[in-house]
Amino acid sequence: MELNISIAPEILFYIKSFPVSNSFLWTLFISGFLTVATLIMRFSLKIIPGTLQNCVEILIEESFSFVKSVIRSEEKAKRVFPLFCTLFVFILTANLFAFIPGQAAITVSDGHGVAPVFRAVMADYGMVLVLTILSVIIIQIVMIITHGPFGYLGKFFNFHSPLKFFLGLMDIVGEIAKVLSLSFRLFGNIFAGEVLGIVMLFLVPFIAPLPFMFLGVLTAIVQAFVFATLTLVFITLASEIEEDELVE
Amino acid sequence: METEALKAIAAGLAIGLGAIGPAIGEGIIASKAMEAIGRNPEASGKITPLMFVTMAITESTGIYALVITLIILFG
Repeated sequence: MELNISIAPEILFYIKSFPVSNSFLWTLFISGFLTVATLIMRFSLKIIPGTLQNCVEILIEESFSFVKSVIRSEEKAKRVFPLFCTLFVFILTANLFAFIPGQAAITVSDGHGVAPVFRAVMADYGMVLVLTILSVIIIQIVMIITHGPFGYLGKFFNFHSPLKFFLGLMDIVGEIAKVLSLSFRLFGNIFAGEVLGIVMLFLVPFIAPLPFMFLGVLTAIVQAFVFATLTLVFITLASEIEEDELVE
Repeated sequence: METEALKAIAAGLAIGLGAIGPAIGEGIIASKAMEAIGRNPEASGKITPLMFVTMAITESTGIYALVITLIILFG
C-alpha cells in the first residue's frame, strides 16, 4: 500500500536558503485572492447594491449581529469584529479552496519524487500554530488592558491563600493549553479530512468517496466558524471584569 | 514483535479508545439539542450554532487522539 501522506508540507524550491513549501505558496495565493476580491468589492460599491454586494452585505450584517450577541456591547463588537471576520473568511477560503477539482494532479519533481503544488493550507501545522499564537497574544493584550498590568499579573500570582496561589498557577497552564487545543482542533480536523479522502480514494475510486467529500466541506465550514467563535468567546471572557473584583 | 506491527496496534488502540468519550459526549449534546428544538422550535436558529460550537469543543479530545494516531503512522 503506497499512500503519499506526510505531516510536514513538501518543499517545492528554495529562494537562497529560504524553503518555499506548497502550503506557503498557497497561503500567498489565498491572501492575494482575498485582497484583490476586497479591492474589487471596495471600488464597485453602489448605493443600490447588485447581487454580489447584497450577499457580502448580508454576510457582514449577520456576522456583526452574531458578534454583538456574543460580546453584548456595540462598542466592543466594533473593535473585535475585524479580527473575527478576517479569521473566519481566511480560514473558510483556505479550507474551501481545497475542494477545487483537478488541483491535486499538478505536481513538480523535488529531487527525490513528485510533490503536489497544492496543499490544504490548514493541514500545515505551522500555519495553524501561527494563527493560534496570534489570537492567544491578542487575548492576553485584551486581558492586560481590562485588568491593568498589575491586575493581569495578580490573576496568575495570587498570594492571598495557598488555594488561590495554586489556582493561579493552573490558570497559566490553561493559557498555554489554549494554544494547543485551538491549533490541534483546526489542524486535526482538516488534516484528517485530507487523509480520509486519500484513503477512501485508494480503497474505492468511484462514488464511495463522495459522502466523505461532503463531510469534508461541512468540516471546512464548521471548523472555520468554530475557530473564529472560540477566539471571540475567549476575548469576551478576557474583556469582562469579574464581579468579585468590583467588590474589592 | 516488529516495530511496524507495534505501531499499527498502537495507532488502532489510540484512535479506538480516544473516540469513545467524544462519541458519547456528542451524542448527549445532539440529543439535548434535538429535545430543546422539539420543545421550542422557534429557538432552533439560536440552538443550532451553539450545538456546533459545543460539539467541536467536545470533539477536541477525539482530535487529540487522532493527531497522535497520525503522528504514529506517518510522522
